Amino acid sequence: MRLSQTGQEARAGWVMTGPALAAIGLFFVIPALASLLLSFTDFDIYSLADLRNLRFIGLENYARLIGNPLFWQAMANTMWFVIIGVPLLVAVSLLAALLVNAKTLRWRPVWRVALFAPFVTTLVATAVVWNYLLHTRYGLINYALGKIGVAPVDWLGNPRTALPAILLFVTWKTFGYNMVIFLAALQTVPKDLEDAARVDGANFWMRFRHVTLPAIAPTILLVSILTVAGMFQLFAEPYVMTQGGPAGATVTVLYFMFDEGFKWWNLGSGSAVAFILFLCILVVTLVQLRVARKAGAI
Amino acid sequence: MIRGRILTLIAALVALIVLMPLIWMVAVSFMAPGEAAQFPPPLFPARPTLVNYRTLFENYGVGRFLANSLLVSSLATILALLFVVPAGYAFAKLRFSGRDAVFQALVALLVVPGQIGMLPLYLELKAMGLVNSYAGALVPWLAGIFGIFLVRQFCLSIPTELLEAARVDGASEGVILRRIVLPTLKPVLITLALFVFLGSWNDFMWPLIVLADQHLYTLPVALAALSREHVQDDELMMAGSVVTTLPVLILFLALQRHYLDGLLAGSVKG
Repeated sequence: MRLSQTGQEARAGWVMTGPALAAIGLFFVIPALASLLLSFTDFDIYSLADLRNLRFIGLENYARLIGNPLFWQAMANTMWFVIIGVPLLVAVSLLAALLVNAKTLRWRPVWRVALFAPFVTTLVATAVVWNYLLHTRYGLINYALGKIGVAPVDWLGNPRTALPAILLFVTWKTFGYNMVIFLAALQTVPKDLEDAARVDGANFWMRFRHVTLPAIAPTILLVSILTVAGMFQLFAEPYVMTQGGPAGATVTVLYFMFDEGFKWWNLGSGSAVAFILFLCILVVTLVQLRVARKAGAI
Repeated sequence: MIRGRILTLIAALVALIVLMPLIWMVAVSFMAPGEAAQFPPPLFPARPTLVNYRTLFENYGVGRFLANSLLVSSLATILALLFVVPAGYAFAKLRFSGRDAVFQALVALLVVPGQIGMLPLYLELKAMGLVNSYAGALVPWLAGIFGIFLVRQFCLSIPTELLEAARVDGASEGVILRRIVLPTLKPVLITLALFVFLGSWNDFMWPLIVLADQHLYTLPVALAALSREHVQDDELMMAGSVVTTLPVLILFLALQRHYLDGLLAGSVKG
């Protein structure tokens, strides 16, 4: 009785997990591994037509990428998003969370939903909206800046301002997500500790520095890891807003991979880009974990 | 008291700035063609008109793209639930050899972004004849590791005695899942369905790759293509943006508690 029941349970376990595991294997694990293999081949439009044209070329794709200035520009742009964008997004999200979490604030659920709303909008649709908001002559942003005496800026047409303009959009679109995570973490800050600090006359900054910050440090780490991954995966933003321009100023690594793969049909070289992207995410995440461990956050 | 009012005022101001792009999008979509391209930029239509929406549906076949999006997102949601829910339950509650090892492997896979395998996946689906079909657009949603986590997390709190009692009564594992487990899963099912529906509706890169024929385009792919041809038509493009994003925005507002609870279960606890 007991034995057959265990057998039944085990069989049911595999039956229930089987379809999902098969799908994960077939549509996620195999493609990811194949990406590594493909990156050692010269898979291109000729191989697409006839597999006999496929050749194993070792590390040649990687060597060619290292010699390609556009690839380095894409890497530099993406690293710019990581280095400037991640701290900015974490700071903005945390500030928003502190504001919405304030005890004396009224209608807190309303503000929480309002600030979160941009995150659930369709990225392509809001990117189109921001294109017009950033318009040099008729855009609301230049209009508002004009009110305080700033001359019109050609946001998306100038290589120096195109990246910051896209980062502004990305921040608007995603800070609500991080804010909600921070809000949950702020609930776990020990109340009595904060009250004690208040009684001792600690001001807002001191309470934040010595009570709140240590309590939410692991969450800051989590949010920055998630944000790093997000910054490495920017694609639709430059695709819709600038098409990678002006002069490649907003080409991201993923955008470069898309062009290699599906515009030029260099699938071997595109796979090498994908693999480099994966390594970058992995390395940056490991560095973050190490820094956090040294700082005692986890 | 006064502090509270000042804070509330600041929050209202921040919320207004954050929502401004969405308010402006809706306002401009009701303007007559050419009305938005003025200085200073008008905030509200002088005489609200539906002409942009009519142009979109009559001349640019947006109805078709809307139907495509509804179809792909609904199918993605149903299929994801069918694949993910039994798996999440089994990983939480059924004892079978290799379970923990397989689950650990799934945890490790979470750090691998889906885009890594996109080029080989395209070739794989091409070989299977699924490129340029709705099925091709649906495939990534079957492999939802995050959903398995979400369901597993929730199932861990189901008392094992309840399942044992049903087993003693002779109920099969399938019956237990359907009759006993599923009813208790309702909140997490709504959350998961909402996540997949919104995710597949908003998805851009994969449908852009896998759907080549224009009549298969989902709304985001169609909107991106339209916006490249109609750079000057602010009002038309804002109407297109409204049609694309308003359905999911309304869905989120209606079910926001489920969405936010799921988000927290997936990121903080998970």
